[in-house]
Amino acid sequence: MLLNIKDLHVSINGKEILKGLNLGVNEGEIHAIMGPNGTGKSTLAAAITGREGYEITQGTIEYKGKNITELEPDERANLGIFLSFQYPVEIPGVSMTNFIRTAVNSQREFRGEEPLTASAFLKKLEEKKQLVEIHSKLTKRSVNEGFSGGEKKKNEIFQMAMLEPNLAILDETDSGLDIDALKVVAKGVNALRSSDNGFVVITHYQRLLDYIVPDFVHVIYDGRIVKSGGKGLAHELEEKGYDWIKEQFDN
Amino acid sequence: MNSKKKATTGLKNNSTINIFEMLNKNDNILKDHLLNYYDQSKDLLNKDMSDAVRKLREDAYTYLKNNNLPSKRDEKWRSTNLEHLYAQTPSLDYKPSVYDKSQEEIFVCEVHGFEAQRYSMLNGWYYGPESEKLKIFDNGLIVGSIIEAQKQYPELFNKYFNSVAKTSTHGLTATNAALFKDGFFVYVPDNVVVEDTIQLIKMINKEENMFINSRNLIILGENSELSFLHCDDSINHSPNLLNTVTEFIISENAHLRLNKLQNLNDSTSLINSTFIKQHKNSTSKVNVITYNGGLIRNEIYVDLIGEAADADLNGIYLMDKNQHIDNQVFVNHAVPNCTSSELFKGVLDDKATGVFNGYIFVERDAQNTAAFQQNNNILMSSDAKIDTQPFLEIYADDVKCSHGATVGQLDTEALFYMKQRGISNDDARLLLMFAFTAEVTSKINIEALRLSIEDMIKKRLRGELSICEKCVLHCSVPEYPMEFDIDMSKV
Repeated sequence: MLLNIKDLHVSINGKEILKGLNLGVNEGEIHAIMGPNGTGKSTLAAAITGREGYEITQGTIEYKGKNITELEPDERANLGIFLSFQYPVEIPGVSMTNFIRTAVNSQREFRGEEPLTASAFLKKLEEKKQLVEIHSKLTKRSVNEGFSGGEKKKNEIFQMAMLEPNLAILDETDSGLDIDALKVVAKGVNALRSSDNGFVVITHYQRLLDYIVPDFVHVIYDGRIVKSGGKGLAHELEEKGYDWIKEQFDN
Repeated sequence: MNSKKKATTGLKNNSTINIFEMLNKNDNILKDHLLNYYDQSKDLLNKDMSDAVRKLREDAYTYLKNNNLPSKRDEKWRSTNLEHLYAQTPSLDYKPSVYDKSQEEIFVCEVHGFEAQRYSMLNGWYYGPESEKLKIFDNGLIVGSIIEAQKQYPELFNKYFNSVAKTSTHGLTATNAALFKDGFFVYVPDNVVVEDTIQLIKMINKEENMFINSRNLIILGENSELSFLHCDDSINHSPNLLNTVTEFIISENAHLRLNKLQNLNDSTSLINSTFIKQHKNSTSKVNVITYNGGLIRNEIYVDLIGEAADADLNGIYLMDKNQHIDNQVFVNHAVPNCTSSELFKGVLDDKATGVFNGYIFVERDAQNTAAFQQNNNILMSSDAKIDTQPFLEIYADDVKCSHGATVGQLDTEALFYMKQRGISNDDARLLLMFAFTAEVTSKINIEALRLSIEDMIKKRLRGELSICEKCVLHCSVPEYPMEFDIDMSKV
């Protein structure tokens, strides 16, 4: 199993957000995580990637059969875990090219590979830029600085394409995207889809799932996965909203 | 409770008095030492010197006699403590070194791919063959020792010498005037554009504790251009007190690019006073890059006395351990339509302390002035400190002025973002710190020099910029890799 989360409890500043979450993702699968605001979707992404301030009080996160809860964020990234941020961070003064080259070569070094030569790097950069339809000028600018909302999200998928992770978590990548940008993002994800890789797609809306078709849909509520199903579940949620879930579990 | 309070106050008063007594005493040790040296060595100091210099020395001596050396009691020195220096009697009796090897044999400067005419000063004296103490070029450019300049070109020298600097600024500028032995001189005639950068490398290699006073005079004639690179370096680990006064005269339509690189050992103190006078339509672009040093105070005085003059003053400081940096920038807008901007950025780690004071004066007639000031700091440890203050005095009414200061830590969101891409904690911090300085280095418009300076910043941040026995600007293989590091593992 690629990702195996067992009985995960996560607290922020002593407040428990995840309360015994279980999730298993096999290679080749796409899992959609849906649910109302404030129920723990982004906390799940933070816990998997090792963000500071998210304390795991109970349970394990196994990635490729190994418990990763004690690993640093960069170590997890180097093992092939990628997060497409809900709010990509602006880093003034660090150029996109410099940033992505440092990241690519850090990961290669971790795997015991030689750094990419300048020409090989540039070739790859051009190829992946085409894939997500990113303008050349963007890679010359500082990371995310002055990017529009859509450009920031496309940039996340561009970085994912450059780093070729085994497990990608997309945290509300569809929020703030128009339909054209959404298609581009989906194209990037589908290009990376293979029998070796898994995806966890966190979203509010069913819309994204028309383009990135999930194998499983899970509904998260009050820190647990309360309902799982096939892609049909997403349509059901779209129709009925989340209230029926709330009613069912609050009682 | 009342009595307790009283007791505390009483104790405090007592200790305050004791400290002041001690300060005065310490002040006097060095001051007496300076005055005695002047009394005894007046003839030697004035040998070969013009009447203008003799007169200046006498005035400065009188000033020093009647005033204390700067201390924490002076508002402008509130956060910079020199008291430990005032208890010492460093050697003032330093002699010129015999020119028996080229400057390249003393140090290797490896500022790669960078075209420069290189000159050097060793232990406070101009260092070069006897016949080349002053070089005169076909286009009229004059470069060399200030002593030679005042001997060979008295008229030129007397016209400009001490026309910008203020001896009475404080006891240390007075000390400089009274006791300087040598210095660097550049004269760029009207309409001459100096193609290559003129680089001055000031080195100290004596083992004893020395107090070196040097005095530089740089004159840019009308419509001239000069790029000047001023490097202050230690090539050993002995403590020294360096006290430098540099005067720049920038005539009408002349353009100065000044880059100062400071890479001194942890026991050396540098008081660096730069006085710039700018005439009509002139520009100055000044970058002060402080890589290392025990205690460094940069005073930059810019007097904009001709219309449409522009001063662009920037700095970077990278301090750690117990180092102290103090940048004091004074810009005086005396006439209309001038512009000035200041951008100083610093990273302080361990117990390093820093000061930035930016003074902008806009005189009553200086309408349509634009003056900007910005100071940004990153503190890498909870023990590091920065004291930053703007001082704006504006007497004209049609003025655009702004100032701002920030003190913060590295952006944790950005750090996590980078680490999530596989970049190590150390590399992520390094990238962020380097990016922080890029706003200043991007202003260095000689590309090869900018790349060299950036390279040295990266090395400094990685802890690879060493001060080795042989080389001050040691830009290639580090010899003492961990010696001057910003220790990023601790934060």
